[in-house]
Amino acid sequence: MIPGPFTYHRPESVQEAVRLLGELGEEARPLAGGHSLIPMMKLRLATPEHLIDLHGIGDLKGISREGDHIVIRAMTTQHELLASDLIAASLPILHETALLIADPQVRYCGTIGGNVANGDPGNDMPGLMLTLDATYELQGPEGRRSVAAREFYQGAYFTALEPGEILTAVSVPVPPAGHGYAYEKLKRKIGDYATAAAAVVLTMDGGTVATCAIGLTNLSETALLAEEAAKAVIGTSLDDAALKRAADAARAIMAPAGDGRGPAEYRIHVGGIMVERALKRAAARIRAA
Amino acid sequence: MASPAKKLAISLTVNGQPVDGLVEPRTLLIHFIRESLQLTGSHIGCETTHCGACTIDMNGMSVKSCTIFAVQADGAEITTIEGIANADGTLSALQEGFRQMHGLQCGFCTPGMITRAHRLLQENPNPTEPEIRFGIAGNLCRCTGYQNIVRAIQYAAAKLNGVEFREAAE
Repeated sequence: MIPGPFTYHRPESVQEAVRLLGELGEEARPLAGGHSLIPMMKLRLATPEHLIDLHGIGDLKGISREGDHIVIRAMTTQHELLASDLIAASLPILHETALLIADPQVRYCGTIGGNVANGDPGNDMPGLMLTLDATYELQGPEGRRSVAAREFYQGAYFTALEPGEILTAVSVPVPPAGHGYAYEKLKRKIGDYATAAAAVVLTMDGGTVATCAIGLTNLSETALLAEEAAKAVIGTSLDDAALKRAADAARAIMAPAGDGRGPAEYRIHVGGIMVERALKRAAARIRAA
Repeated sequence: MASPAKKLAISLTVNGQPVDGLVEPRTLLIHFIRESLQLTGSHIGCETTHCGACTIDMNGMSVKSCTIFAVQADGAEITTIEGIANADGTLSALQEGFRQMHGLQCGFCTPGMITRAHRLLQENPNPTEPEIRFGIAGNLCRCTGYQNIVRAIQYAAAKLNGVEFREAAE
C-alpha cells in the first residue's frame, strides 16, 4: 500500500507552517506523528496534495509548568509524556492514560497534539482533556487564540479548528494535591481503540466526594463530559446507589455506533461499568493515600 | 514549487554506514530500506501499523517503518536487524537468546521482535516478565504464543547483565 503523491514541506517555525497551510488551502494537511494520517493515506482515504511536516519546529516540543498549569507543546509524543517526571507527579492520570494508547512503537511517534486535534472519537486524550478542563492553544492566519477542550469537539473529525489553524499546545490546570483519578478502558486487545472508556478526577472531603469530573471515550461522535453523572456522586460516599445513579446518568448521554467492538447496547452497558470502576478506583487511591 | 513527483535527496546513517538516497515524498521508509538499500531483513507484514514486522530503531526509538516516510528519516541514525550482530560478526545476546530459547518458528516476526527488544533492553536493562510482554505489545507473532520470545529476551537481559539465566518454573 503506497500513499498517493504529495509535495513535502518541512517548515521550521509555527508562523511558516501557518503561512503554508493558508497558501496551500484545503489540499494541505499538517503531519504530526502521522500514525492516524499515514495509514489513512495508504488506504487512499486521505489524499492530501501537500503535507506540512511539523517535526522541524522546535517550538512545538516540550512540557513545562506555568503557574498552576502544565503546558504540553503539541509535538510532544506519548513516549515523552510517559518519561516526564513532571507529568507523573502533577498529572498522573495523563501518565496512566498514555500507557493505554496503542503500543510502544506508536507511542514513540504519536503526539498529544495529533491525538486531541484529529477529532477521532476513538482517541483517548480528548475525553481526558474534557475531564481535566484543559485549554487548547491554536495559531492561525488571524493570530493566536485559546479554546476550551469542552468547546472544541463538534462531531467526528469535526472540531473548532478553522482552516489554516494548527494546535500548538495543550494547557492543563493541575488538579489539587491528593486528588483521586482513574482511566478505565475496555479494549478487545492491547493497542486497540476503546470499546468504552471513562476518565474520572475527583476530590473527597471527610469521606464524601467534594468535586468530580467524568469524561467518556468512544461512546459517541465525540468524547463526552458526563456532567450529570458527576453531579450524581458529589456529596455521596460513593455507595452502590450513587455509583449506579452515575452509571445510569452517563449511559443516558452515550450514543456509540455499533461496530466490530460490539453493538451499541453492549457498548453503552460496558460504558456504565467503566464509569463505576473509574469512580471506585479514583476514590480508592484517595483512601489509600 | 516542488512537484510531488520530484525526488528529494536524503542522507542518513544505517547500521553505522552513511547512506544517501533520492526518494519520492510518498516513499515509505520500509520500502526505501528494503528496495533501495536492499536490506530485506525488515519485513512487511500487515502494512497497517499493527504487526511490528517492519520495526527498526531510529534515533533511539522503535519505529514501524511502514508508517513513516523515508524523507522524514533525513539525518537519522537507523539500526535494522542487519546491524544487530556484534561488531565481530558473532550473534548479539538477543540473537543468541532467540536461538537458545527457540524464540522463533517461522521467523517472519523475528527481525522486528529483536530490534524492538534491543531498544527495550536499552531503556530497561532488567525488565520483569510483564514489562517484557508490555514492551513487545506492538509486535505480533502468529507461531510461538510469545512464551519463548519472552524467555529469549530474559536470556539476553541476563547475559548483558552478566548473571546466569534462570528459567522461571513451568
